[in-house]
Amino acid sequence: MTTRTQDPAAEPSAHRDAFVDWLQRMGDNCLILGHRASEWCGHSPALEEDIALANQALDLIGQCQFWLGLAAEVEGKGRTADQIAYLRDAGAFRNALLVERPNVDFGQTLMRQFLFDAWHMEILRKLKSSSDPRVAEIAAKAEKEVAYHLERSADLVIRLGDGSAESRARMEKALKALFPYTGELFTDDAVDQAMAAAGIAPLPSSLKAGWDSTVSAVLEEATLAHPGEVWQHKGGKRGVHSEHLGYILAEMQFLQRAYPGAVW
Amino acid sequence: MYAQLVQSEGGKSRAEMTPREIAFQERIDRGEKIEPKEWMPEGYRKTLIRQMGQHAHSEIVGQLPEGNWITRAPTLERKAILLAKVQDEAGHGLYLYSAAETLGVSRDELMEMLHSGKMKYSSIFNYPTLTWADMGAVGWLVDGAAIMNQVPLQRTSYGPYSRAMIRICKEESFHQRQGYDIMMKMCAGTPEQKAMAQDALNRFWYPSLMMFGPSDKDSVHSAQSMAWKIKMNTNDELRQKFVDQTVPQAKYLGLTVPDENLRWNEEKGGHDFSEPDWAEFFEVIAGNGPCNAERLGARVKAWDDGAWFRDGLMAHAGKQEERRAALRLAAE
Amino acid sequence: MSSEWPLWEIFIRGQHGLNHRHVGSLHAPDAEMAIRNARDVYTRRNEGVSIWAVKSNDIVASSPSEKGPLFEPSNSKVYRHPTFFDIPDEVGHM
Repeated sequence: MTTRTQDPAAEPSAHRDAFVDWLQRMGDNCLILGHRASEWCGHSPALEEDIALANQALDLIGQCQFWLGLAAEVEGKGRTADQIAYLRDAGAFRNALLVERPNVDFGQTLMRQFLFDAWHMEILRKLKSSSDPRVAEIAAKAEKEVAYHLERSADLVIRLGDGSAESRARMEKALKALFPYTGELFTDDAVDQAMAAAGIAPLPSSLKAGWDSTVSAVLEEATLAHPGEVWQHKGGKRGVHSEHLGYILAEMQFLQRAYPGAVW
Repeated sequence: MYAQLVQSEGGKSRAEMTPREIAFQERIDRGEKIEPKEWMPEGYRKTLIRQMGQHAHSEIVGQLPEGNWITRAPTLERKAILLAKVQDEAGHGLYLYSAAETLGVSRDELMEMLHSGKMKYSSIFNYPTLTWADMGAVGWLVDGAAIMNQVPLQRTSYGPYSRAMIRICKEESFHQRQGYDIMMKMCAGTPEQKAMAQDALNRFWYPSLMMFGPSDKDSVHSAQSMAWKIKMNTNDELRQKFVDQTVPQAKYLGLTVPDENLRWNEEKGGHDFSEPDWAEFFEVIAGNGPCNAERLGARVKAWDDGAWFRDGLMAHAGKQEERRAALRLAAE
Repeated sequence: MSSEWPLWEIFIRGQHGLNHRHVGSLHAPDAEMAIRNARDVYTRRNEGVSIWAVKSNDIVASSPSEKGPLFEPSNSKVYRHPTFFDIPDEVGHM
């Protein structure tokens, strides 16, 4: 990725802080979901799925490197994407709660992926016309990868929903467990307002209609009942996470924490 | 190797062979490839299924020791590289299972035989990966040893096996390099990192030598497999080649190979070195290695937990087929 | 075991406009998934721009025992190969 270097001092600091925060939301979503997907490597129900899921994890780790790399650049404090990923504690992570939900079984993993992919596709489409060319460039590259993720996860949700009695029951359970973690993807806060005002990113609430129509269509084909309006958890994007994130980070950051400053 | 102690069937002298068997052997001697539906001695078919099955099982069980560190990789780039590598191993397992399937055994049947313990996988994957340096050692030594065996197997007599090996060798060229690259970084790093690298070499050296299987003088099945070009080199040849190749690489890293008897032998043009502990090897093969239970347990769990998923997708495919048939009927 | 995913043969056309080439096999519940699995399994290194999937059972193959009658007759048609004809060097490239 070639990025245009901008003088960080030229950006007003409030705007810069919001921008860095927002970039971490994008990057952390990819990082944590990629981590969860990579947990399946060697343990999937079929070799073909093992390979496909690893491809997705690789895409997400790659996207995370771009977003956190840009966050580091905009921040202008000389940090790298790796330092942002490996040296923040949970409270500084900005991913949505949805992506840190545990894998549980392949059904929950696929449902989580689908609900996220549908949102991811909506936002990347809009980000392609971001006022910041660096954001637009990352989004254009990621969109192609995510289009495939969504095609795959949507299709598997349909097949398993409209599959055997057991696969249907598992997908129903997965939907019920995960749907209450989707609302957070569409709430607007001060960071989002600032990004929208600068034309960098769309307001999350503006993505809801598109997401709804994708999700409704897929659930219908999967013969799964839409959960409707249910209580929604939130907190991830402002750093209030579930207990799960701490364990993810304890694992992910272990070497960087145990051997500070070592080069790997 | 990935296929150790593969029992070979047959072993007939020329006088005992039928004319058909002689003609078959002559084709192999001429360097012709044997293809799936052609006539072949039952022993050839059975030995191949055993060897390719074991090879395939080794690839997918081999995902586990390295998969162990994907979520703990120290940088984003290392994480991606390791994940890509372990994913390749799943692919290689898939290619080999497919090649074995051309001999009239299904992948699910092969899986069942792995899970029930009827078929084995390489002893090396029953050793634990305890530090990040083990990712380096596994890539450098284990993949190094595997490549040494797989390169000649590209010329094996069975067409589908040969073609799978060609694809695998092409893809695997980066695996050993990434391992050595990790070792170089560790050895150029802090004293703690260097110590970790030495420790990894200490633990993986002898298990890597075991990968080639017991000495040829104890290996009763080698001759028939070599005549059939299912096995291309003797165990001792490959082990010697591996040691000779690896010693200078260890030296470059500034690491010590854990063998007091290791020295260059001018006369034979190779290194003298100590034999691994073969008693340990046979215990590991018999299921008593440090990680046998975990490795096989993980494979069985993945398979059992995934049954509903595989069945669910088949159920959907069946429903779709019925729907299409009903539509065709309605259109008529 | 009864519900084993069927086996598919995968053919891929690479970047350079050559014919689809057999690259290997895989398992998938149906054709659509065979194509997707092939994308994930056989194009990890940017190998292709088009995928064909055929159920292995649907492949009709020539019989190995007829190898002689099928293929040997063409051995004697040496005039079909350009090297059969000697063209003098002075004529230049042809």
